[in-house]
Amino acid sequence: MTGIFSRDKRSSLIAIGVILIGLLLFSLLTTGNLNLIGTEGFGAYASTINAGDFSITLLSGLLRGMLLFLVASGLSIVFGLMDVLNFAQGGYFMIGAYIAYEVHHTPAIIAAVPDGNLRFLLGVLLAIAVGGALGAVLERGLLRPLYARPLFQLVITFGVSILLLEAVKLIWGVSPRSWSTVFGLNEGSFQLFGQQFSVYRLFVIAVGFALIIAVALLLQRTRIGIVIRAGVQDSQMVEALGINVRAVFTAVFTLGCALATLGGAVAAPFLGASLGLSTEFLLGAVAAVVLGGLGSYEGTAIASLLVGITQAVIAKFGVQYLNQPVWESLSPMILLALVLLLRPSGLFGKE
Amino acid sequence: MPEPVLEVRNIHTYIGQFHILEGVSLSVPKGSITVLLGRNGAGKTTTLKSIMGITPPRVGEVIFDGQKLAGKASFNIAKLGIGYVPEHRAIFRDLTVAENLQIAERRKGDLAARQDFIFELFPDLKKLYKLAGGNLSGGQQQMLAIARALVPENRLLLIDEPSEGLAPVIIEALMNAIRRLSESATVLLVEQNFRMASRLADRYVIIDDGASVQSGMMADLVNDQATIQRYLGAA
Repeated sequence: MTGIFSRDKRSSLIAIGVILIGLLLFSLLTTGNLNLIGTEGFGAYASTINAGDFSITLLSGLLRGMLLFLVASGLSIVFGLMDVLNFAQGGYFMIGAYIAYEVHHTPAIIAAVPDGNLRFLLGVLLAIAVGGALGAVLERGLLRPLYARPLFQLVITFGVSILLLEAVKLIWGVSPRSWSTVFGLNEGSFQLFGQQFSVYRLFVIAVGFALIIAVALLLQRTRIGIVIRAGVQDSQMVEALGINVRAVFTAVFTLGCALATLGGAVAAPFLGASLGLSTEFLLGAVAAVVLGGLGSYEGTAIASLLVGITQAVIAKFGVQYLNQPVWESLSPMILLALVLLLRPSGLFGKE
Repeated sequence: MPEPVLEVRNIHTYIGQFHILEGVSLSVPKGSITVLLGRNGAGKTTTLKSIMGITPPRVGEVIFDGQKLAGKASFNIAKLGIGYVPEHRAIFRDLTVAENLQIAERRKGDLAARQDFIFELFPDLKKLYKLAGGNLSGGQQQMLAIARALVPENRLLLIDEPSEGLAPVIIEALMNAIRRLSESATVLLVEQNFRMASRLADRYVIIDDGASVQSGMMADLVNDQATIQRYLGAA
């Protein structure tokens, strides 16, 4: 142990720094009116850099990263503690979006709660409650009998994700809903180097940061946090100390699902509600969990942001120069592969 | 002989398909240090795990303080007042020494109440309080594992191979600590190191091939070279 960070942690931070600087440089050089086959030299590149495009790309990346975090944090903590990879996490995200949409657009609720901001808050709270409740049911009812059979659990969570998808089709049909009502928070936008960015998206980024810190405090400062961190290492020993680990499993699973529905709910005003949401963030979130190092919360949080920024940078580049949107969805996996080649256990993983 | 704190009556334990314990019976008198002896793989560790409910026995009875433990989850068994120090220590490597102790609290204030006693037994832990458990040496980890079992007021301590992999000088310190803590709790110990076991324990139970075969006073066993040769190999 030397300095503030152990050697292990320092190399993690260096790796993160290298990735981030690489992404930012790439983004800086590719946003704006860049002539890729030009021979004008770096000076000419720099003169064409568009600060507006660059900062909007970064903000979009952060936004995407926060939404990924809301899916990935549950995946990561649940996997660390219970060895269950919850593939239904994406389905919970989708459910959250539909609930927030429904609360905001149902005429009866509009009549009862005319204030759009308040109605939105209601929708988010309802989404959290439903997500938590569905999570608890899934853990208690379906996963608990199968703790001795990890493969079955994987299949069950996959099955539940299909179930959620079909339930949404049954209730809302297959056509996507786009958010049509306006509410205070969702209205404003601000200028950044000549580009528009909505205040609401900035708000979501802020909420994401607040949640990253809140969950970190929960894990570091509270008794249940200590129990969770200990359980990630050896849940049998935690139980032998007189702690009901299964109750902790249920609580953590509930929290993970609630975070995912919260993610869907706050994303609904700009993403709308659609069946595609159930997979839209799942792949990126799985990539973030592995990239961060399995079972590492801080790794997951940082990796989510890295994956988000990567996707935004590649999306921007892809739209402008490749005319090929597929790179955006592939980019988390490419980043993951590159990092795992150099650090097989991920950014913060242990052997 | 004082009344037993713990009684194990003819337990049979399976792990998967394997019949590991095939009839273990033992009795641990209150205030004693009782040691489980036997060769590697005889079933000593499984006996402790069966008592804790980690590998619950399919047949037979475990009675702690007059209460039958059958069907109880491991955490409920611990709550009755049993502290478990498993083999290889199983301390939480990413938690600090302080957190490793805090987590063992069953009631708020347990640690505050026992801190002085724990630091008196293991003064090193005080210096290491903020360090991650994974950064401790083997001996320090063993002390932490025992200290963790002392945080709540456990009446029975199950300690699995405390001397494993430790230097003689550290074993000596551990023995003193176990002797001290046996003044307030009953101890059931698994120990391969016969020299340590014979100096520490009042009573012994020999387990061979998954069954308890002999028990009695340690003082008698020390002079019984035939039994030692037969069940434990060289003494």
